[in-house]
Amino acid sequence: MLTETQIVQFDSIRLDCGATIAPVDVAYETYGELNARKNNAILVLHAFSGDAHAAGEDKATGAIGWWDSMIGPGKGFDTDKYFVICSNILGGCRGTSGPASINPETGCPYAMSFPPVTIPDMVRLQKMLTEHLGIERLLAVSGGSMGAMQALQWAVAYPDAVAASIPIAGTARHSPQQIAFNEVGRQAIMADVDWDEGNYYGKRPPARGLAVARMVGHITYMSDASMREKFGRRLRDQDQFEVESYLRYRGNQFVDRFDANSYLYITKAMDYFDLTVGRPSLSAAFDGVKSRFLVISFSSDWLYPSYQSLDIVRALRGRNCDVAYCDLPSTYGHDAFLVNVAEQSQLVRGFLASTFRERL
Amino acid sequence: MSESFVPKLLGRSDYAIISAIIEPNARVLDLGCGEGELLAWLAENKRVDARGVEIEGSKVRQAISRGVSVFHSDIEAALADLPDQAFDYVILSQTLQESRAPLKVLREMLRVGRRAIVAFPNFGHWTVRMSHLFTGRAPKTRLFPHDWFDSPNIHFFTVDDFEDLVRLQNWTIEKRIFLQGARQITMLPNLLSEVAVFLVRSS
Repeated sequence: MLTETQIVQFDSIRLDCGATIAPVDVAYETYGELNARKNNAILVLHAFSGDAHAAGEDKATGAIGWWDSMIGPGKGFDTDKYFVICSNILGGCRGTSGPASINPETGCPYAMSFPPVTIPDMVRLQKMLTEHLGIERLLAVSGGSMGAMQALQWAVAYPDAVAASIPIAGTARHSPQQIAFNEVGRQAIMADVDWDEGNYYGKRPPARGLAVARMVGHITYMSDASMREKFGRRLRDQDQFEVESYLRYRGNQFVDRFDANSYLYITKAMDYFDLTVGRPSLSAAFDGVKSRFLVISFSSDWLYPSYQSLDIVRALRGRNCDVAYCDLPSTYGHDAFLVNVAEQSQLVRGFLASTFRERL
Repeated sequence: MSESFVPKLLGRSDYAIISAIIEPNARVLDLGCGEGELLAWLAENKRVDARGVEIEGSKVRQAISRGVSVFHSDIEAALADLPDQAFDYVILSQTLQESRAPLKVLREMLRVGRRAIVAFPNFGHWTVRMSHLFTGRAPKTRLFPHDWFDSPNIHFFTVDDFEDLVRLQNWTIEKRIFLQGARQITMLPNLLSEVAVFLVRSS
């Protein structure tokens, strides 16, 4: 499956903070065919560092999509049956407007003058995209990690526009531990002299800081068991452990494809996301939802532990919402939602089929 | 003795009885739903709003891949989350004898549901009595095939025991069906029924 990222431009979007971004670009890809009734569309939501290229092989670069194991003909999100959409999030750096985009008022990159964005802002822009594609009601929204936050936000914000929501390895709000790891990443970037208050465009980017931030991230995505299995105490060179060289490699690789300022904006959006804000309980957030839910967690995920998924499920059940929940056994830690695809596909396939059969 | 044959649903006569009780479009919760066979059948054939609870992960995965909304949890915790009277029927099929606190589970079922359907193997069946009497050991029969040391069953009770409990709690039995294999019987149920199915509501 050869794919190509497309860009659509909208006049403007108004943000939760009151600011307006005008114009606003959205990068997206689609797989499969939208049917005549336009009721087989699924919006896939990427995690923190993902992009619109969720599946297939990029026409230009040959890169394989980040959830290619889940999306395609006969896969969990079966493109023979469904029309799958994935877009880059607002504030990102992979084609959708973000801090690295040019501010039309100044002709320079926004940098830190880009207004703060929230998860609800990201979802609002996705809603504009789906309407642009002629879709009134999505069969499903689904994503892992930060994608799960967006999947929840969709169901809460647009109850009539989503038949099913599949949040995977996610949470309704970050714990202090999750905020803490994000803050370490942000501080690593801002401590790099090359960051220069965010004004590094056209100059040397804060590569060292961003790489360190990514190294911390990768530790939290794995588990003790998966690291022992993958690296052990093996040495690569005489005095360097395998795990050290792996983290450095992943850190340096990240610098080539990610913008440091986007890192700051997106992690803040994740940290501030909280479905309970302004409500007496998490259950209250789900008062108006009409979709059904499939919530999946992984036993070895310590970054987004199973209890956080369970909190979501209990809150939904407290409102008598239609929710299926499974904690899948895995040793891969948080990465499991990208790696443990066999069982995940099985759940998603059956859940989507019955939703398509009964809910439309 | 009046008898009638009961059709089997999915290979089980208690499922046939349960499915006959439940009217179309009802809201149904099945506790210990296994791989969701009964719920999937009810959803397809009676258009019920079907939910399940199951503790075993591999069964949960099977059930969800069937399209049934199942919660991966133990029964007591799963009931505690739910609001009052959220379901028309709460089913507990062949699981009460495995519950740590059967009375608590039954009370919760009647809080969460308007009616409870409880099916259980009758420990008063004559083969159980004979097995115990003649071997002097924990009964092992077709209905209770496990050795005492690896049995999932932790409470052993009979049709009469169950009816006593219902009376004590001031609940109402709306239907009682007794099965011997695939036959429905009415005489001497405490002695002759292998499986009993009760439809209970709180008064």
